[in-house]
Amino acid sequence: MPIIHIDNKAYEVKEGKNLLEACLSLGLNLPYFCWHPALGAVGACRQCAVKVFKDEEDKKGKIIMSCMEPVKDQLRLSIDDKDARNFREHVIGWLMTNHPHDCAVCDEGGSCHLQDMTVMTGHSYRDYHFTKRTYNNQYLGPFLNHEMNRCIQCYRCVRFYKDFAGGKDLDVFAAHNHVYFGRQQEGTLESEFSGNLAEICPTGVFTDKTLKQHYTRKWDLTSAASVCQGCGLGCNIIAGERYGAVRQITNRFNGAVNGYFLCDRGRYGYEFVNSKQRIKTPMVYHGPLDKANGIPVLQHVQQRMKPGKTIGIGSPRASLESNAVLKELVGAENFYLGVSAADHDLVSLSLKILQQGPVRSASLQDAAAADVVLILGEDVTNTAPMLALSVRQAIRRIPVAEVINQIHMPAWQDAAVREAVQDNKGPLYILNVQETKLDELAKGAYHTAPDNIARIGFGVSHLLSSKMPEVKGMSEQGKAIAGEIAAVLKTAKNPLIIAGYGGGSEAIIKAAANVAWSLHDMGIDAMLTYTVPECNSAGLEMLGGHRLESAVDRALNDEAETVIVLENDLYRRLNQHRAEQFFGKVKDVILLDHLYNPTAEKATIILPAGTFAESDGTLVNNEGRAQRFFQVFSPDSAVQESWRWLLQIANTTGHATLSALEHLDDVVDHIARSYKVFEGIDTLAPHAGFRIAGQKVPREPHRFSGRTAMQANVNVSEPRPPQDMDTALSFTMEGYRGEPPSSMIPFFWAPGWNSVQSVNKFQVETGGPLHDGNPGRRLIEPHVNGHTPFYTEVPEPYLPLREHLLLVPLYHIFGSEELSIHTPGIAERIPAPYIMLHSEDAKRLQVTEGHLLHFTDNGHHYTLPVIVNDTLQEGVAGIPVGLPGMQISEAPQLIKV
Amino acid sequence: MINFWWIIGGVLFALLNTAAGLIWVERRMLALWQDRYGPNRAGPFGLLVVLADTIKLFFKEDWIPPFADKVVFVFAPGVVMLSVLMSFVVIPFAPGIIVADLNIGLLFFLAMSSLGVYSVVLGGWASNNKYALLGAMRGASQMISYEVFMGLALMGVVVLSGSFNLGEIVEAQRKVWFVIPQFIGFLIFLVAGVAETHRLPFDIPEAESELVAGFHSEYSGMKFGMFFIGEYLGVTLISGMLVTLYFGGWLGPAFLPPVLWFVIKTFAFIMLFILFRASMPRPRYDQLMEYGWKVLFPLSILNLMVTAAIKLWLNS
Amino acid sequence: MFSLVRSMWLIFLHMFHKRETFQYPEQKAPLPARWRGRIALTRDPDGGERCVGCYLCAAACPVDCISLQATEDEAGRRYPEFFRINFSRCIFCGFCEEACPTYAIQLLPDFEMAEYNRQNLVYEKKDLLINSEGKYPGYNYYNVAGIAIRGKDKGDAQQEEPPVDIKSLIP
Repeated sequence: MPIIHIDNKAYEVKEGKNLLEACLSLGLNLPYFCWHPALGAVGACRQCAVKVFKDEEDKKGKIIMSCMEPVKDQLRLSIDDKDARNFREHVIGWLMTNHPHDCAVCDEGGSCHLQDMTVMTGHSYRDYHFTKRTYNNQYLGPFLNHEMNRCIQCYRCVRFYKDFAGGKDLDVFAAHNHVYFGRQQEGTLESEFSGNLAEICPTGVFTDKTLKQHYTRKWDLTSAASVCQGCGLGCNIIAGERYGAVRQITNRFNGAVNGYFLCDRGRYGYEFVNSKQRIKTPMVYHGPLDKANGIPVLQHVQQRMKPGKTIGIGSPRASLESNAVLKELVGAENFYLGVSAADHDLVSLSLKILQQGPVRSASLQDAAAADVVLILGEDVTNTAPMLALSVRQAIRRIPVAEVINQIHMPAWQDAAVREAVQDNKGPLYILNVQETKLDELAKGAYHTAPDNIARIGFGVSHLLSSKMPEVKGMSEQGKAIAGEIAAVLKTAKNPLIIAGYGGGSEAIIKAAANVAWSLHDMGIDAMLTYTVPECNSAGLEMLGGHRLESAVDRALNDEAETVIVLENDLYRRLNQHRAEQFFGKVKDVILLDHLYNPTAEKATIILPAGTFAESDGTLVNNEGRAQRFFQVFSPDSAVQESWRWLLQIANTTGHATLSALEHLDDVVDHIARSYKVFEGIDTLAPHAGFRIAGQKVPREPHRFSGRTAMQANVNVSEPRPPQDMDTALSFTMEGYRGEPPSSMIPFFWAPGWNSVQSVNKFQVETGGPLHDGNPGRRLIEPHVNGHTPFYTEVPEPYLPLREHLLLVPLYHIFGSEELSIHTPGIAERIPAPYIMLHSEDAKRLQVTEGHLLHFTDNGHHYTLPVIVNDTLQEGVAGIPVGLPGMQISEAPQLIKV
Repeated sequence: MINFWWIIGGVLFALLNTAAGLIWVERRMLALWQDRYGPNRAGPFGLLVVLADTIKLFFKEDWIPPFADKVVFVFAPGVVMLSVLMSFVVIPFAPGIIVADLNIGLLFFLAMSSLGVYSVVLGGWASNNKYALLGAMRGASQMISYEVFMGLALMGVVVLSGSFNLGEIVEAQRKVWFVIPQFIGFLIFLVAGVAETHRLPFDIPEAESELVAGFHSEYSGMKFGMFFIGEYLGVTLISGMLVTLYFGGWLGPAFLPPVLWFVIKTFAFIMLFILFRASMPRPRYDQLMEYGWKVLFPLSILNLMVTAAIKLWLNS
Repeated sequence: MFSLVRSMWLIFLHMFHKRETFQYPEQKAPLPARWRGRIALTRDPDGGERCVGCYLCAAACPVDCISLQATEDEAGRRYPEFFRINFSRCIFCGFCEEACPTYAIQLLPDFEMAEYNRQNLVYEKKDLLINSEGKYPGYNYYNVAGIAIRGKDKGDAQQEEPPVDIKSLIP
């Protein structure tokens, strides 16, 4: 490892880095703007100037940009040199000439990289007295606010938006000192990752618009480490609260999961926590003859818990703890998984493949390092958005790896490398029912029905492995595609196969497994990613339980009187008519949930359950990674964690094992002991008794304000702050000020680094893992050295039937998820319900775009407006899943028109 | 015997009321010398401030710090009250008005007043607080140092009167008050007395500007009140001793009863103590020690030797 | 040593000096006009609230007795939705005035705020907002800030150029 001398002190640094990265990794303070660990260096801002010296005798030295200079052994440089310091101060001075006097009304203030760097360079007095340049702003949609005056031309936004995230509608315009970062026309930013601009922008040009609705400075937020509930990927987030409302979601760096970025659903989908539809108090439905008024709600629950006739329905969006406690409370034989039949089949199959097969599941960062990507039947951008970003990185990175050897440039030389790469992309193949956003990057993108996709997958595995049977009756085109994909996969080192719930087909999932396993048999280190629909789908399946359908059957057979529904809207899980039958039959429905939903209308007892922001718990993501999320704030209503409600119920009914449990640690330890698959989840985060220097870790920064005035309008005597008995975090600003364990970092802050860029100080090296390891623990590891259980049953090809359409599910990043649609900005972007047809089908059915199509299914009548899309196969119709107003939950299925 | 109990009762009553009254007196006098009013709202001339203060002290939260050594913490303020009150046992207020006419009265006084240092040390130690401990350390070293030449200074008086009995010492001053032959002794005793009661300017164990409140930083409520009263009792005690030893005790022209003479003289010294507080800055700790050991100590030995020499010379 | 005795004597003589104390509350002390007591929220020359809800006062407050919530009118002008100060906690240090970047917080000579009910010491915006520009007549934060509000578009503030025409290539 090379040794470099910084200010006459020798340091050992890592090879292949630039000087800026080296200095920051050593914990030294060196200002920068345009460099970003994920984006590389372009040397645009001139801020990271240092002085380098030829040798020990050289006293004069020369100023260079540290981000453009690679680490060399025995290099001598000075950060503290007077000339370098002056240079940096003057650069800030120039940037400031046009920077407006806005900090007081700027949302970035207090978490602003420009503020931090200005203080760091010591530029404290404005000596520019002339006019300032101004710009008109643009409306950029419901997520981002645009304030162009504040721009310092670091180009980070376009480098992220265009180069990194593949957006097309944000660019730099105009010339010389008039450059403008925006859209060609006003309008909503199209990229699903636009929200990251708020963190990428070093100052307040792009700021979080949802935060602006209830603006709070970073120092006033009560924050906690949390895990995104938007999809099954389990991105790490920090949620911040003030005055009882969640105000902002920011990225929480996890080097193995989401890295520096989040998707817009994850970043903005939090507002259901603050929704007016929240259930805040326990409610008991009283019949006219019911004389039970005034009795504590738990006694009502107890009265209705009939032994042997009480069933529990778990939820894929509830924590592992809540589900496990419910399972224990009602008994394993009475516990049903609250997921639709299709989701259950797909997720349990995926899990089985990952647990029993020899190929490991890929984390998001593993995915970004793949060298060939094959996506089977999945519109990743909509079903698992951050995975799409990882795929983009993989595709971007592959030609870079080739080109840097030719041009002798390190990969962080962003501009030079991009120039050399030009439009070269890595191999990506997509097979999906219709076009997807990633198609533009793909070497090959083919659109056909799910079963045909699976057949091509089987075809590929046949070409890779002799163990697989030949697919009979494959079309010439299909053979060509399979041949092309197989040829590329054979050359790969660590290819990634992606499939999942989005295709709605078990055959696709099996085909993906076959491909990955065949590659594994060939000695290729293949990776497999299955998407799962919800944040704890994988956890729920691992916990295990009966199918939801059998719960309905049981109720219809009069074998269930009381049903406890955990954080679930059964109308989203069951066909509406089945759900009506079910609720018509059971006597009591006890619902624990956050929001009023159709299920709540059928409930006889409603208990207010805490959302992710009001609960502690554990989630398992699609990779099989268990991650702990922490309660952000203590609600002032009766809202509490579902598992706590269930423990209290267990206490009133005198349940033998559950009565002994009280706090989070008890429950977690109990689960880790009781289930082999969950071994180790008790080590995800420190226990509640954990202290650093005798202190808890505070959720509030030391500058937190207003403690003695926040509640003074209610009562001038301040109440005792809430106590956290479940975790080692405190709800106040008192506690240990240093760096907490990586699994429970409530906010990123370091002296002099108030903005999100302070994450540097928590990492082993810039862009590297957090200091004591990336949080989370993989619960699923591949079953190597065993017999590989290939799937050999090839599905029949799908051929269009007269008078019939195959309905396939189409997912939307904004709309398909149940809770995020409560954010007004996301609601704005939900598409209206539709049915998507091929133009030939449309012609045949005599409809055109916008017409209403009537069709019947199981004797029920549906009407949907038509959208024509020729990338669908003929005979296939797409319907969006989960949108408000959509009634069908079962897809794919064949319907008669 | 009844007489004896009356004396005890009377002395206790008078002393405790004096100590309490001094709260008011001191504040009024300080204010007067500093061009202020002092307490003038509660009752006539603000006299009821004494009552108000007492009530306040009684009703304050009597807090024992969780980190303190509890038994010692409670015990410490009692020591100061006890030791000072015990010293009064030997003071002759007037002929016949004395609790215990010991023939070693002076030694008893020295013994008792030395015990007072325990309260400072124990209080500071038990508080388990760095400021309290520093205060206690200072108090201990200061009192041990000044104890030495306080005793030596008094020996001059003993040599002249030929007795340790305080009544006899007073009687020995019928011709001339010892302040004249023993002027240096008087000065030394005065300085040592101020230091003994850690009054300003020698309030180094408290030194609120450096040590918060020194050894009683952690004390509140009536336990603090005991330290507070103990200090005023100490002032009264040293004043009473000064009067007894150097200013002829109860002696005085016959138009006033002897007790009254004693009281008047004592009050004059109390006023002097308050004037010290109003006018003198606090010396540095090392200056205090240096002054004690390098100036007062040789001076008191010299005083004793000269007194003894003259006495021997006169006797022979 | 002599100086000690002399100072004791001089102090003793103070017995006969006039007392300096004001017998407040019967006798009021004359306060300078700019004496800094409790805070008030002032207004812009155009009558709008000066406070822009930047939270700096709350952050500067050593006893954390200020809390507020910023909000925005439809034209982008920021103002506090509520502004609360708990005067029972206030130590009158004046840091909030120093921190205020818009001169909204200014200190009034009012300090006689005693109440029998502590709850009455919680002041809301309506209690704090005064109809005056205070010590800085003519100052309007938005005239020096870059954001646009109603009646002041981009480029209208002091020392601002008109907005850049990004379609022009003329230097």
